Amino acid sequence: MSVHNPMAHDSARLHVTGAARYVDDIPTPQGCLHLAFALSPVARGRIRAMDLAAMKGAEGVVAVFVAADLPFANDVSPSVHDEPLLATDRVHYMGQPVALVVADSHLSARKAARLLQIEVEAEPPILSIEDALAAESFFEDGPRVWAKGDAKAALGQAKHRLQGEITIGGQEHFYLEGQAALALPQEGGDMVIHSSTQHPTEIQHKVADALGLPMHGVRVECRRMGGGFGGKESQGNALAVACAVAARQTGRACKMRYDRDDDMIITGKRHDFRISYDVGFDDQGQIEAVRFTQITRGGWAQDLTAPVADRAMLHADNAYLLPHAEITSLRLKTNMQSATAFRGFGGPQGVLGIERVMDHIAHDLGLDPALVRRRNYYAAPHKASRAGLANTTPYGMEVRDFLLHEMTDQLLSDCDYAGRRAEIAVRNETSPILKRGIAFCPVKFGISFTLTHLNQAGALVHLYQDGSIMMNHGGTEMGQGLFQKLAQVAASRFGVAVDQVKITATDTAKVPNTSATAASSGSDLNGMAVLAACDAIRTRMAEFLGQGAEVRFANGRVTWGDKDISFAEAVAACYQARVGLSATGFYKTPDLSWDRAAGQGRPFFYFAHGAAVSEVVIDTLTGENRILRADILHDVGASLNPALDRGQVEGGYVQGAGWLTTEELVWDDRGHLRTHAPSTYKIPACSDRPAIFNVALVDGENPEATIYRSKAVGEPPFMLGISAFLALSHAISACGTGYPNLDAPATPERILAAIARVRS
Amino acid sequence: MTQVKLSVNGKEMSAEVEGRTLLVEVLRDKLGLTGTHVGCDTSQCGACTVHVNGRSMKSCSVLALDVAGAEVTTIEGMANPDGSLSVIQAAFKEHHGLQCGFCTPGMVMTAAALLKENPKPSEAEVRAYLEGNICRCTGYHNIVKAILAASGQDVAAIAAE
Ligand code: FES
Ligand code: FES
Repeated sequence: MSVHNPMAHDSARLHVTGAARYVDDIPTPQGCLHLAFALSPVARGRIRAMDLAAMKGAEGVVAVFVAADLPFANDVSPSVHDEPLLATDRVHYMGQPVALVVADSHLSARKAARLLQIEVEAEPPILSIEDALAAESFFEDGPRVWAKGDAKAALGQAKHRLQGEITIGGQEHFYLEGQAALALPQEGGDMVIHSSTQHPTEIQHKVADALGLPMHGVRVECRRMGGGFGGKESQGNALAVACAVAARQTGRACKMRYDRDDDMIITGKRHDFRISYDVGFDDQGQIEAVRFTQITRGGWAQDLTAPVADRAMLHADNAYLLPHAEITSLRLKTNMQSATAFRGFGGPQGVLGIERVMDHIAHDLGLDPALVRRRNYYAAPHKASRAGLANTTPYGMEVRDFLLHEMTDQLLSDCDYAGRRAEIAVRNETSPILKRGIAFCPVKFGISFTLTHLNQAGALVHLYQDGSIMMNHGGTEMGQGLFQKLAQVAASRFGVAVDQVKITATDTAKVPNTSATAASSGSDLNGMAVLAACDAIRTRMAEFLGQGAEVRFANGRVTWGDKDISFAEAVAACYQARVGLSATGFYKTPDLSWDRAAGQGRPFFYFAHGAAVSEVVIDTLTGENRILRADILHDVGASLNPALDRGQVEGGYVQGAGWLTTEELVWDDRGHLRTHAPSTYKIPACSDRPAIFNVALVDGENPEATIYRSKAVGEPPFMLGISAFLALSHAISACGTGYPNLDAPATPERILAAIARVRS
Repeated sequence: MTQVKLSVNGKEMSAEVEGRTLLVEVLRDKLGLTGTHVGCDTSQCGACTVHVNGRSMKSCSVLALDVAGAEVTTIEGMANPDGSLSVIQAAFKEHHGLQCGFCTPGMVMTAAALLKENPKPSEAEVRAYLEGNICRCTGYHNIVKAILAASGQDVAAIAAE
């Protein structure tokens, strides 16, 4: 069977030969036009006048559109219709598209876009958390509060109590392939779109609205993305809609790709957070009660801020049983890029909040933080939880599959955490400048979309007369290896080699009404849909061939009774006998119930777990730092493809560590993003990767009936990078007696500031 | 417009260019060699790396006219003449040195340049040489492993698992 095998990514050969096509590589028809946006130069204000003459007269320009020129909906919002493609009377952030240039080349379009003459009656932008709180600039109707027990009362009775606060920066996706779309006008006004998107159905929907067409008039295709990470869940809408409108108006193919600067200036990023806490605990470091206030800046439009902030709340417990908890969430509207989905979707910020609390408690009591964490864990299956508490999350979901006790034991012993921690303490005594730190971080991450209706997927499978298989499903490929995994599933169902399965581009005409490939759910949802489609065909074949006898599909053969024929012969026989050889498959995640208003229910099908230990060294004179070693143990259930899953774990860790160390977004006081290129925004480079990097997967099975008992893997490992941040905090704490109160990202400047704090 | 002649992957080619036309534009837009990717437009990500007269260069930052007459090798020219994968390409595939693949052509070109200069690099040398190539997906682990494997070294012993 091909499932569970560490096969190479299906496109590996195409990638290493340069033959894999991304949107910008697709051959375009003659006369294809190129698009660029002209951007708002101010962060907030009323547009008084725009003079487009210079743009229109620029070399190569075919047309310029402003909001009033758009034929139908001027809306690219994925949620509450608050995001026009082109600004109408007001601008809301520096970099907001206000006009669309259509020209004969990418360069002409970009050059002309710079010629915009715009007069804006500028108003003071709302940028900081303080600005937004003072102006009461909120999304939704104010704070959201979810609670378990009575945190306030329990805090009053706790033996120990601590308060603190952590500021957590956002993150630029930096998918290596920038946003891109191509629109090809069809007969009768229909439109075909190629988009680098995690959400083809959303693109279809938005383009249909923008063209005044029913959804069946628009077909969206995506073969692959050059990275997505959440940044292509909604942020591709603007390019696709712009191309579609321009293609409709000019009758020509239209293509748009953001160059890197535009991409960083226009598109949304990870939500930054400020999390404050008030925690009560006993002598053992066991939490009695905790209250969190999570404040996040959502930028100018709502986009996905509500579900992102919800997920941060839902991960405020991470791996810990909190007897009393109260989580308050404030979603601020600010004059910045509209923050959006990013791997983990708020979960990492919520997890970092409670991990800071654990670290703070351990420091306060002088205990090993790993010990404090373990003492606060949820109970393992069939074990009693501490003090007989119900093993439930703050949102009332029973934790039935908690694996972290065993995983923690194994990881800490495999990497000799205790020995190394003791050695570091000794070494730090005699090393005045360089200080080392080590930290352990567990991760428990909830799998499912919290918007319950999104937990559905479809697939379409055809067998051709020659026995070759074509597979299509609603998921998109962004490098995670989804297509390869699902081809392995299809091949396993028919008992054939995986190269007999053709993987095709995600296409809204083949599988409709798809959810975004997000929330780590790609293989869980689409895998089951592919399985259902394959099994529907297999059942028909078996009924015809076996006539009641049991029919087996294995090793490229189909066998029943004393019959043994090749798969291709079996398919040919079924075709001759007029057996239908094509089927759709559908899947919806069972067992979900979620009352968002009350913050109660079972929003997740199951949890995925991970554990990491990082060791770092800091230079206390400069704040420079390095990750020396990382050890990871991660739970992917029964992996569909361990090689691809390990890749997700390794990449996730490095990306997570980058978020909390080198990746700093800086806006100036006019709301101008000053870090809008890789020259100023630093994602991890090859030399930043830890010198020793041990990654192991837990050998297990998902107790829930997922596709071949595997678990989702896209997002959970991202949070393993938190261990690097905690290790930095540990190294800093070797400089004095105070608590470092380190903020993220832990840039050299912040590390130096924290060193000064612990010394004073 | 000026005519520029180049030998690309062993074939003589020519294209009409302006003074400002970049090598990557000639390769992608005029010659249809879209395996050379543009990731940052500003000489920082390495996705556009090609070889010019045997040296690796970031083609987004080279004017086509400046390399007139040069021999250029792109990712499309890296496979063996019979179409089979070169040792480096095969190692990237086998050791999973790619996810989304967007950085891969540049990584392969840089790796080839490294192994030409230094056929048996240490792990630290590989990492230092890849400074100018960004990968957002893999965390680099498997890329380093692939390059070490391509150099004929035992990766199990060098790269921690
Ligand atoms: S595109 Fe040339 S280095 Fe990034
Ligand atoms: S594989 Fe995606 S950027 Fe390297």
